[in-house]
Parts: sequence; C-alpha cells; structure tokens
Amino acid sequence: MEFPTHSSPHTGRPNRVDKVMLQVVLALIPGTLALVFYFGYGILVNLVLAIGSAVAFEALVMKLRKRPVTPVLMDLSAVVTAMLFAVAIPPLLPWWMVVLGMAFGIIMVKQMYGGLGYNPFNPAMAAYVLLLISYPVEMTAWLPPTALAEHHVSLREVVLFKFTGSLPDDYTLDAITMATPLDVMRTNLDLNMMISEIRTNPLWGDFGGLGWEWVGNWFLMGGIWMVYKRTITWQIPLAFLAGLVGMATLFWLFDSESFPFPLFHVFSGGAILGAFFIATDPVTACTTRTGQLIYGATIGILVYVIRTWGGYPDAVAFAVLLMNMAAPTIDYYTRPRTYGHGEMKS
Amino acid sequence: MYVESKKGKTRELWNFHGGLHLPDHKELSLQSPLQSVTLPERLIIPLQQHIGVVAQACVKAGDRVLKGQLIADSSAPVTAPLHAPTSGTVTEIVEHAIPHPSGLNGHCIVIEPDGEDRWGELPPPISDYRQTSADTLRQRIRDSGIVGMGGATFPSAIKLNPGKPIKTLIINGAECEPYITCDDRLMRDQAAKVMDGARILQHLLQSEVCLIAIEDNKPEAILAMFEVLNQDENIEVVRIPTVYPSGGEKQLIHILTGQEVPTSGLPAQIGTICHNVSTTAAIADAVLHGRPLVSRLVTVTGEGIKNPGNYEVPIGMLASDLIEQAGGYQNNPQQLILGGPMMGFDLSTDRVPITKGSNCLLCPTAEEAPRPEPAQACIRCGRCADVCPAHLLPQQMYWHSRAKDLEKVQDYNLFDCIECGCCSHVCPSHIPLVHYFRYAKAESWALEQERRESERAKQRHDFRIARLERLEAERKARLRKKKESLNAKPAGKKAAPKKDDKESKQAAIQAAMKRAAEKKAKQGQAPKNTENLTPAQQAQIEAVDERRKSAAKARTNHSEPPA
Repeated sequence: MEFPTHSSPHTGRPNRVDKVMLQVVLALIPGTLALVFYFGYGILVNLVLAIGSAVAFEALVMKLRKRPVTPVLMDLSAVVTAMLFAVAIPPLLPWWMVVLGMAFGIIMVKQMYGGLGYNPFNPAMAAYVLLLISYPVEMTAWLPPTALAEHHVSLREVVLFKFTGSLPDDYTLDAITMATPLDVMRTNLDLNMMISEIRTNPLWGDFGGLGWEWVGNWFLMGGIWMVYKRTITWQIPLAFLAGLVGMATLFWLFDSESFPFPLFHVFSGGAILGAFFIATDPVTACTTRTGQLIYGATIGILVYVIRTWGGYPDAVAFAVLLMNMAAPTIDYYTRPRTYGHGEMKS
Repeated sequence: MYVESKKGKTRELWNFHGGLHLPDHKELSLQSPLQSVTLPERLIIPLQQHIGVVAQACVKAGDRVLKGQLIADSSAPVTAPLHAPTSGTVTEIVEHAIPHPSGLNGHCIVIEPDGEDRWGELPPPISDYRQTSADTLRQRIRDSGIVGMGGATFPSAIKLNPGKPIKTLIINGAECEPYITCDDRLMRDQAAKVMDGARILQHLLQSEVCLIAIEDNKPEAILAMFEVLNQDENIEVVRIPTVYPSGGEKQLIHILTGQEVPTSGLPAQIGTICHNVSTTAAIADAVLHGRPLVSRLVTVTGEGIKNPGNYEVPIGMLASDLIEQAGGYQNNPQQLILGGPMMGFDLSTDRVPITKGSNCLLCPTAEEAPRPEPAQACIRCGRCADVCPAHLLPQQMYWHSRAKDLEKVQDYNLFDCIECGCCSHVCPSHIPLVHYFRYAKAESWALEQERRESERAKQRHDFRIARLERLEAERKARLRKKKESLNAKPAGKKAAPKKDDKESKQAAIQAAMKRAAEKKAKQGQAPKNTENLTPAQQAQIEAVDERRKSAAKARTNHSEPPA
C-alpha cells in the first residue's frame, strides 16, 4: 500500500490562534460590561463602530493584497484590536474619530507591516495615541460615572451626539462630560493641592476613581482568568503592576500628600487593562520569560513616570509603544541558556 | 523529587526544562500478549541498518545460509555485521526500498526462508561473564551485530568503549513516545533477560551504579523489573515521571543525575552512558547464548490496524507482511509511520523491511492524526520555547530559518535541537517548526560539504604543482649529471662520482622543493577566493569551520532519540 508522507510530529495540534484570540475577547467582557454600567451606552456604540470598521479595513486590505479574506478575519485578531481600542476611548467620541483610529491601527500599523505577527507596534495603542495627539480635547472628555451625572445620557442621545454632534436640550458638552480621576489628580496636584483635599472630590471611590476602581476589578478578573487558561503568561502583568506599585510606594512613602497612594495608580486609568490585555499582546511584547519581566516592569515604571511628570494624565499607551521598540533588543539579551551550554553544574 | 529505586533506597530526580504531557494511547497495543509471526516468503535485509560504514555482503546468490550465520560485515572501525535471520537460500542481492525518510533504495540481501528456522553454529556462550575481560565482551557484542535499538542504531560495542570511567550506567526503559509499547512488553515478559544485560554492561563498564529508568505510566514493567532486582547489586529501578521526551538521552541523563551533556559532547564526558532496554536484552542474548541480533520486538498499532499488538519480528520482514499478520488495515488509514507519532517518519510504502532500529509501525486514521491546517503567521507567543527540552527559542530559529540566515540560526544553537516535535505540537499557528529546523540543518551541512570539497580540490591542485616542479627539477638534475659525466670522462675517472651524483641530485631536489614552497607561499599571498569577503560571509565561514570541528568531535556522538 502507498501512503502520502508528511513531516513529524504526526499529532493533532491542540492550540489555535483563533482560540487564543477568542479567550482574550471573552476575558474582556466583564470589564467591558462594567464600563457600560458606569459610563453608559457610548461604550457599546464605540465597540460596534470599532469592530465593524476594523473588520472592514482588514477585509479591504486582504482584497487589495489579493489574499483570501475569510481565514484572516477568522483569526479574530482585528476584533481583539478593536475591542481594546473601544474600551480605551471616551464614550462620546465622534464616530469618525473611532473609524479613523481603526483605519490607522489596522491599515497603517498592522497590515502595512505585513499583518498579524509582523507589526512591531500595538495597533490599538498606536490608534489611541494618534487620536490623543490629534484631538486632545475630545480624547480627554469622559462622562462622569452614572452615579454622579446630573443628566443620564440615553442611548438615543449618545448616538445622536456621536453622529451629528447635537446635544440634549439645555446642556453644554462641559456640563455632561468630566475629566477622569487621573486627570483631576494631575491638575489639582499642579495647583499645589494636598492629596487629602483632592480626595474630598465626589469623583473618589474607596481607593481609585469612583466606578473606575470597579471597572479595573472586572478587567482584573478577566486577566487572571487568562493567566489561569495560559492565554497569557504571568510575567508581564505581574512585572507591570510591580513596577508601577514599586514606584508609587517609593514616592508615596516619601511624601504622601504630593504623591497618590499606590492602589490609586493601579485602579485608575488603563493600568489593569494595560497590564493584562495590552502589554501582553504577544506580537509586540518580549517573548523570553526573563525579557517579559524586564519589559513589564519597565512599562510599569514608565507609566508612573509619565503620569507623574509627563504631559498626559494617563500613560499606558505611550509606555507600551515605547517598550514595543525595545522588545527585540531585550529578547536578544535575555536568551535562555541552552541545554549543555555555558557554565555547567559540577 | 525523590523516588524509591530499590528496597530501602531513594534516589533524587531532577526536572528537565519544557516537555509535554501527551495522551499515550499505549493501551491499544497492550491488550494482547507478545506474539510471534510466521516466516514470510522473503526476507529483505538492508546492508546498512546502523550508523557507520555499510556492511559488505559475504554471501552470494544461491548460497544456503543457517540462522545466525554471518552474511555481511566490514573491516571499518564503525560498522555492524549482519546475520541471517532464519535458515534458507540467498536469492539475490538487489536495490530495494528501505525504511528511510528519503524514500531512496539501498542494497539488500534477499533470503528465501526454508521454513526450518535452523540455527547455524554459534559462538560459545559466555556464562561466566564476570570473569571475562571487557575486550572479549565488546568483541562478542560487536560480532553479534548489536546496535542501538531505540532508533539511533549506533554500533553498541563502540559506545561501550568510552575511554573514560563511567559513574552511572543508564538503561533506558522510559519509552516516552505515545503508542509504542515494545520496551514495556519486553520488560514485563523478559525482565530477567533485561536484568542480565544490565549486569553484563555494568561489569563491562565497571560503573558505580546502574539505573534502569522507566516512566511511571508502566507500573507492570516497573513491578516486573523490581522483582528481578538483586538487593546486593548496585542496580536500581527508577520510576520517572511521564513527560515527553524523558526518554531522550540528554533529558534522561538530566532527570537521573541533574547533569547536562555538554553541547556536541558525549554522555561519557560526564561519566554516564545510556543504553536502551531492547539493546540491553540483545546484549544478554549475545553474551549468554551466543545469539546474534536477528529479530526484535515491534509494536504494530494505530486505529488503522485490525489487531494491534507487539510482535517478535525477524529482521528483514516487510512491513506489509507484518501488518498482514496483524490482521491487515482497517478504517481506511491515510498514513504509515515508522516510529512514534512525535519523532517517527512517514513511510511512502509498506513494502520496506523491518530493520534493527524499527521499534514501531503506527498506522493512524485521519481522525487520530489529523493533518494540521495550513500554517499561519507566528504570533510570537513563546509556547514553543516553554516546551523545548533543549531550552532553545524555536520561534527565533524559525524566523532565521525562513530567512535562510544559516549563520543566525546556528547562533541560536540550531544543532542542539533534538527534533522532538514539542514546539510544532503546541504552536497555535500550526507552523511545522521542526521541519524548518531540519531544513536549516541540511542546508548548513550542504554548505559545509561544499567548503570541504573546495578545500580538497585546492589541496590536490597544490600537490600537483609541487609534483610537477619536483619532476622538472629531477629532469634537470639528470641532464646536469649526464653533462658532467660527459665532461669528466676525458679527464679520467674521478673519485666517488657516484656519491657526488647522489649529493647533487639531493641538493637539486631540495632546491626544487624550496622553490615550490616559495611559490606556494607566494600563491598564498595572491588573492584567493576566500578574500574580499563581506564580514557576514567571513563570519559564516568561521561558523561553519567551528561547526565542522565540533561535528568531527561529535562524529562518535550517538545520542539516542527518545524511545
């Protein structure tokens, strides 16, 4: 009898890229629902817009490159990018900015480098930074948590505002939106206010921003589940948080009235999301386990540095993009000792 | 981790990096006891069943042979003789398909069995092996044609001459590949024979301790070996955790001793030596009964086989005949693997003979061993590096292999890859990583070969130039001598002209050689094809030189793949 021949190993392959991506999508759901709960339907509209445009741009590029479209869309990487982007941007961001962000992220940052696996920069964060630099006002205008809002913005009003720019009667944009807790902390500290004074602001919850701390908690759950499922390794998130907490503790012990306490940093802004979902993007992160510790810790430190002394209230996107550049070099210098090489025991 | 290795004795175990927990599918071939086969119509015995120089047939077509009779041998240092697996007639010596990944043919002796299976005259048994010298035992092992039966097929007698004191002798009964159970079966059914072999090897090597390592998914085999264990001897049975590839020589040494075999070095350098249990049993047969290696246990398994099980098969039986005796095919199998699913290779046809290194014929159905989907782009997740038992970075090596950057991929220790398949197995993008590494290795070897050949051509050229110079010088010296003798004749005979002649000739030759050497030196300064290279090319040449040196060192290396 004759048989076709193949190369070993001759086993079924237990892992798949789309499974990995699907796990990330599932892990994002609790935190995303919490965001919707605290900040309204704008998040959902952003999600729909981002996923729809990301998938469309990905398909468009595949068509232009004359490559099969379906297998690329089925790997779900565009969906993950879109979700990460959508949960990072403000709920009331005009629709075209969302689409522009995805066009930049998918076409320029991901596909122009060759698509999944070849992009040196995190597409979601690159898109976020592009918008933040180009439209700083819109990108920093967040809604207050629903508990504090004078006016509850309905789904209809959100859609209307995002597409036409028209506001509900008698309200100005300033009345509806509010700065994020990180932003408030930063501005007030610049005004030489004490932390104890700043904390009297109703925006504050138990340890972070009201609402934000719970969003962080739910993202944390998803992140821990991903570590448990081995979708991601523990090295990057742990090192990230250790770097951030380490820096924050150091300065907080030094002067607790001018530097916010460590948990505030962890549960405000994008720290948890960044540690578990963004810095862990395997394509743009370090691959060696030692390298991942260095990579994660440096991002954590950079986040603190930029938040405290930089020009922007939050810094996860900048820190991640900076370290994306350093990842190959870190990988090169953290190669493990191969069996039988180097110094041997006895 | 500590395990009890004999009564009242525990032994520390170490973990190697990476590895996999695989579904073992061993029950499939363990449901029936060891079975013998009826002799087929023809046995096809390849002349090359071992690493080293191919054996030369010492029988010709038409010869009658008896079982165990020498039919091929070689005087080369690294080789193994072959013996008739049964009595019968040599019908021809032909090119025939052999079990090799290339699918190429090789020279084979074809024997038509006479059905009597009559033994020829065998060398006398050495029952008092403890009073026998190591050299005599090694000679017996060599003459019995014993090679590494775990798959590496390196001649055992050479491996048993390490030239260094051996502290730990390891008998490898790990059998970590899924599906394969022939070593398990052997230990269960013939534990005493394996133990005898271990004793012979321990005496031969004078090792401090002998460890028989068995994965803990084979409790019956462990029990059987424990039963034949003698409390007074320094032999222990070590139950090791089931992690693929624990049966890889380097991994097993690490598990048992915590030490690593230096790269491109030999286990003997760290005082260890490793032999497979099948080899050990064959050595017992050869020493205690004088029987050469003419048959082996083969696992025939997979959902594509009607009666999976273990069979005692004469060397040279066609896989097709063996499968027929195992009930034939079922479920429309799409693949026939020689060896296990992780490291075995696909056979393009079942008309190939079983050889000394064939431990398993695996015939899975398409559902059992599905073809991986087309490879996607690498997402750099690093799972390959997590499972790599050699602690390599497969993902980086893949990158450079794909770019055909052989220098870089060697820089990432390509040649430490044991091709165990763990990385390919876990890759979420279904990239055939091992295949890329085989490609990179083959390309590196080809480059090295090319370089060696051009070096040889250059040497030949230089030698020719020197020879022509010498001939010319000799001719001139002869002429001068003639002239001198013509001039000298009228003046009468001179004293001892002969001696002068000799001296002048000698001087001329020396002068010519000097000239040749000078010319050669000058040539050395002239531009060569190895000059004006880019630094990258230079580095590549140096890397290959380095590799060549280590390969020469490693030529006697005989790592056994996981059993």
